[in-house]
Amino acid sequence: MRSSISDYGAWLLQRIWLPLTVALIILILFAAFVALIGQSPAEVSGLLYQGGFGSAFAWQNTLLRASPLILTGLAVAIPAQAGMVMIGAEGALALGALAGAVGGIALQGAAPHVVQAGVLLAGMLCGAVWVGLSGWLRNYRGVNETISSLLFSYIGIALLNYFVEGPLKDPDSLNKPSTRPIGDNNMIGNLPGMDVHYGLLIGVLFALISWIVLTFTTSGFSLRLIGGNVRAAQMAGLRVGLWVTGAAAMGGAAAGLAGAIEVAAVQGSANASVVSGYGYTGILVAFMARQNALAVIPVAILIGGLEAAGGMLQRRLDVPDAVVLVLQGIAFVVIIASETLRGRQLFRLTPVAAKAGGAA
Amino acid sequence: MTGSGLGLWGIPLEVLAGAIRVSTPYLLVSLGECITEKSGRINLGLEGVLVMGAMAGYATSLASGSPWLGVLAAGLVGALFGLLHGLLCSMPRVNDIAIGISIMLLGIGLAFLLGKPLIQPQAPTLGAIPFGFWSDSPQIRSALQINPLFLLGVLLAFVLHYAFRYTRWGMRLRIVGDSEDAARALGYPVLPTRISATMLGGFLAGIGGAFLSLYYPGSWNEGLSSGQGIIAVALVIFARWEPLRCLWASLLFGAAGALGPALQSIGITSAYYLLNAAPYFLTLAILIATCAPNRTLQGAPGELSLVR
Repeated sequence: MRSSISDYGAWLLQRIWLPLTVALIILILFAAFVALIGQSPAEVSGLLYQGGFGSAFAWQNTLLRASPLILTGLAVAIPAQAGMVMIGAEGALALGALAGAVGGIALQGAAPHVVQAGVLLAGMLCGAVWVGLSGWLRNYRGVNETISSLLFSYIGIALLNYFVEGPLKDPDSLNKPSTRPIGDNNMIGNLPGMDVHYGLLIGVLFALISWIVLTFTTSGFSLRLIGGNVRAAQMAGLRVGLWVTGAAAMGGAAAGLAGAIEVAAVQGSANASVVSGYGYTGILVAFMARQNALAVIPVAILIGGLEAAGGMLQRRLDVPDAVVLVLQGIAFVVIIASETLRGRQLFRLTPVAAKAGGAA
Repeated sequence: MTGSGLGLWGIPLEVLAGAIRVSTPYLLVSLGECITEKSGRINLGLEGVLVMGAMAGYATSLASGSPWLGVLAAGLVGALFGLLHGLLCSMPRVNDIAIGISIMLLGIGLAFLLGKPLIQPQAPTLGAIPFGFWSDSPQIRSALQINPLFLLGVLLAFVLHYAFRYTRWGMRLRIVGDSEDAARALGYPVLPTRISATMLGGFLAGIGGAFLSLYYPGSWNEGLSSGQGIIAVALVIFARWEPLRCLWASLLFGAAGALGPALQSIGITSAYYLLNAAPYFLTLAILIATCAPNRTLQGAPGELSLVR
């Protein structure tokens, strides 16, 4: 494929200059926007860095936000291998939290490790079924998975709200309707030496395993084959329906796990607070990572840092925390639009004739 | 507004009034999305456009003293966001769904940021047209206070229904949305048509937002929208890309949304969330019933990324 030095040059341009150009455009737009609201761009970017990555405390804050984002990013990236655009992670996360809490309550009295495993497994299973349904409907009924996952997502959030305020409401939770708590001694603790819970490790492991499976095994290859050309995959004898449903279910399991971790490590019970937009941000994490399960980790950390820095901006400069939302919005729009530059020759390095000869 | 004076009859009346009130933003946003999707694009960012329109409309009404100027401003801001979406999606290999979601975040962020100083002051809001003047009953009078934007939406639904079928503009839009190749062969400009359709969609979504901030609830705050922009996307599919069906579907979804508070007023509370989810459930049921693996949804524009 890359036969000459200049081909390597073009490849380098793609890999290095394109991201740098995109970063530069984002920085310029950031600076213009920050100047427009009457703040100093240098100060704001300094604070963003400080609030996201400038201290051990900032890092912990960042990693805490990154851990659900890794999982919700995977919830989009894994089905994407088979050519699906799933946008229902938010609802799978909500139901994962609900199922996790129910599992935790049902296992009351068992050893803490059993309860924790029960919470996480219940969340994963519930998320897998919920998103798996979208994959199944796509294959067996021809229902578009993007729409159905969005609809399922909203139904999932409504179910969480209904159960939390209705049948499963803890009578003691007055201000903030919740299910009964899974118990303090059953909560997932922090990683040694850090103020970050084990959920981060679970997310990173999930991403690593997904990446290995997707990149180096025939399963990953089968999925990509289906994503590339369904007819060819059928010709090759793959059972497309199973693979599509399975990939959707694996993505859903990641999102459900994120919800269960929110319950087991942060909230202690299922309530409406778990629905805080991680599912939607996860879509963008996956797109920014170009659906690569490994790249999801650093992208999630970057976005987590940006979110963590919001509080710092608000305290120091007395600007609304919505500034971070706007900065995120600008970054997402530019990054997703920059997809158009990829694969194009920014500067022609090889003569046209040589290129044509290489392709033949 | 309880059903006390008219007994249990108060409930259907309240649901009717509520349905009209709740359905207005659905109607406007879904008609906008219908135009956009007819051209072969989907704009998932209308939720952000709606919130942005609500903020801009409120700010303009506050500054100028005229709520109708606010409605216009909301529409223009919406069209601007539509233009952004339309232009970005016209570049090769840019995913319209992903751009839509990022525009949703951008719009919500901008609206929250610029809207911070608008939470306290009260801007002049749109008045209602009292169709209940003939009745002595205060319930009937209040139920028949119809807002002008709803009437505008109803009119627009009929106009669009006609325009899609019988006008040159409507045919061109549909050709572009159904087959890019056919449109090119006929010499119709594909991208400009799509960009203007997305702008028009944004314009209507912005007005839908202005309804929220300038009529009901009639103030600006960050919890103003409860996902109307997203529901409208589902609603267009539910209505299978027909403006008149958008009208009926909006009323149906509006009634489902209004039933919750009405039931709450007589003491039934827990079903509220399930009723709110009814529109999604109905849309899903329709999708499952009408789709088959070997054909796409009837009436769906052929170029729509959602159905290909």
